[in-house]
Amino acid sequence: MTGVTIAEPREYLQAQMRWRWGEIAFWLATLLPFVLTPDYLLLASQIAIAGLFVLSLDLILGFAGIVSLGHAAYFGTGAYTAGLLSKWGWGEPLSGLLVAACVAGAFGYLTSFIIARFRHLPLIMITLGIGLLLQEAANSASWLTGGFDGLQGIHTWPIVGRFRLDLYGYTAYAYALAVLFAIFLGARLLIHSPFGLALRGIRDNSLRMRAIGAPTHAHIRTIFTIAAMIAGIAGAILAQTTETVSLEVLGFQRSADVLVMLILGGTGRLYGGLLGAIVYMVARDQFSGLNPQYWYFWIGLLLIGVVVIVPNGLLGGLSLLTRRARAAVP
Amino acid sequence: MNASALAVRGISKRFGSLVVAADIDLAMPLGARYALIGPNGAGKTTLINLMTGMLRPDAGQIVLGGEDITTLAPEQRVRRGLARTYQINSLFPHLTVLESVALAVCERRRVAQTFWRRLAAYREEIDEASQILGALMLDAVCHRPARELAYGQQRLLEIALALASRPKVLLLDEPAAGVPRDESKELFAAIGELSHDITVLFIEHDMELVFRFAARVIVMVGGSILVEGTPAEIASDPQVRAVYLGNRERG
Repeated sequence: MTGVTIAEPREYLQAQMRWRWGEIAFWLATLLPFVLTPDYLLLASQIAIAGLFVLSLDLILGFAGIVSLGHAAYFGTGAYTAGLLSKWGWGEPLSGLLVAACVAGAFGYLTSFIIARFRHLPLIMITLGIGLLLQEAANSASWLTGGFDGLQGIHTWPIVGRFRLDLYGYTAYAYALAVLFAIFLGARLLIHSPFGLALRGIRDNSLRMRAIGAPTHAHIRTIFTIAAMIAGIAGAILAQTTETVSLEVLGFQRSADVLVMLILGGTGRLYGGLLGAIVYMVARDQFSGLNPQYWYFWIGLLLIGVVVIVPNGLLGGLSLLTRRARAAVP
Repeated sequence: MNASALAVRGISKRFGSLVVAADIDLAMPLGARYALIGPNGAGKTTLINLMTGMLRPDAGQIVLGGEDITTLAPEQRVRRGLARTYQINSLFPHLTVLESVALAVCERRRVAQTFWRRLAAYREEIDEASQILGALMLDAVCHRPARELAYGQQRLLEIALALASRPKVLLLDEPAAGVPRDESKELFAAIGELSHDITVLFIEHDMELVFRFAARVIVMVGGSILVEGTPAEIASDPQVRAVYLGNRERG
């Protein structure tokens, strides 16, 4: 052996999956709204839903490099599935999530055959097209979806048979947060798995992936299906906690918002998207309070500011700062 | 000719009016060491692209270990044991050296679809990756991202990635391109030590290295094979001297 100490490969990889203090602090902090800002629990539940949706986009964009401008298609599919299920008499929330995940996942799997064949600009056009297509389809199928008026008559049964949705959002936030955390654990395992490594390989150099014998299309189909399921679950939670579904769940605005949140927070880090969702949703809430008509002006300014100052998003900037601070300390 | 590891039969390819491969025939026996030489634009890289499926031939057949692979996609050919490296580095810049090679091993062992188990649990795969890195003297930098490596080390990683797919036939496109001369000798020494179960074809411009490491030499000119023979035969071939070796400005 040489004098240089090199971490034993397996231990090194093992260490990468260890929970860091910052992570534990983050998840503990997600409980603060219950005590500190009980008036904002409904907003907090919206943020948790957005966080789950961003997580889904980060898996395909941040890890596999698949750009999407139509990710609301899967969110909306989940929302309508859960909404319709409840309207037709089955309001049990957890099984509703499962069905929504399956339907959104099936739709994701079907579309993934087109998605896997393209990259970059054509992909943006295709995903945009899928999003618009589905929204128009939902609009014209008003007998099913309620069309422009939205889906009425949703009633969500108590969660696990005990916790009723309340006006203040206690149950809604606890429910959304619990599902977000459970899925986050799954996503965290995924990015540290051999498959997660393969996704990073595709993002870095898909040509070389083929030259090491990787079935890149199959990998992309798998992750796209998983992401569609997660997006569907996020949509389903929205439908269940608000007990309404409008066409807006499929809208371009939603697809654009989720992309903005991810870029704002930083792609390919899981936590980046969550941070982006928090900052974006809180900023939107505050700005729209200040100036109901022009709040998108401030959102635009925030976005440009962040991208110019910290190109890797807020979390990218944050980790750069901590690294510099550590380097400064002898 | 069932004994050949890789055979090319009557391969042709043209881009518009430009013929880049004209009726090429070639059969490499198991464990052979071939050098592919020829002036720039002779179609050497094109031939590798045709063999590996990056390009589809207009006519002809490519046979790997007795199986016709002409219509297979590149990744399917890799799975059957045909690997290549690139003249210009084509690595995973943000993956560490260990991750890159572990990825290639996982793909070969078909565990790269597993998303419900952490990578660190794959002992055999990681050990195999470390072993390959050790053999190529890359173990000291195994936790560095590929983009931070010295150029010569990146060239070695190119080979490590190809080896991780456990090739029967390995095609090296100018493995020492851009590497200083003394380092390129080390690099070729590593290539020379490869198991003789692997059939190797390499493109190289340095005649000293060609004559030292190749048992047979193929000379390509203008999209076709001019002559094939032992280094001694090639060195004394008047045709080769005229079109290639005689051209002293390019070494």
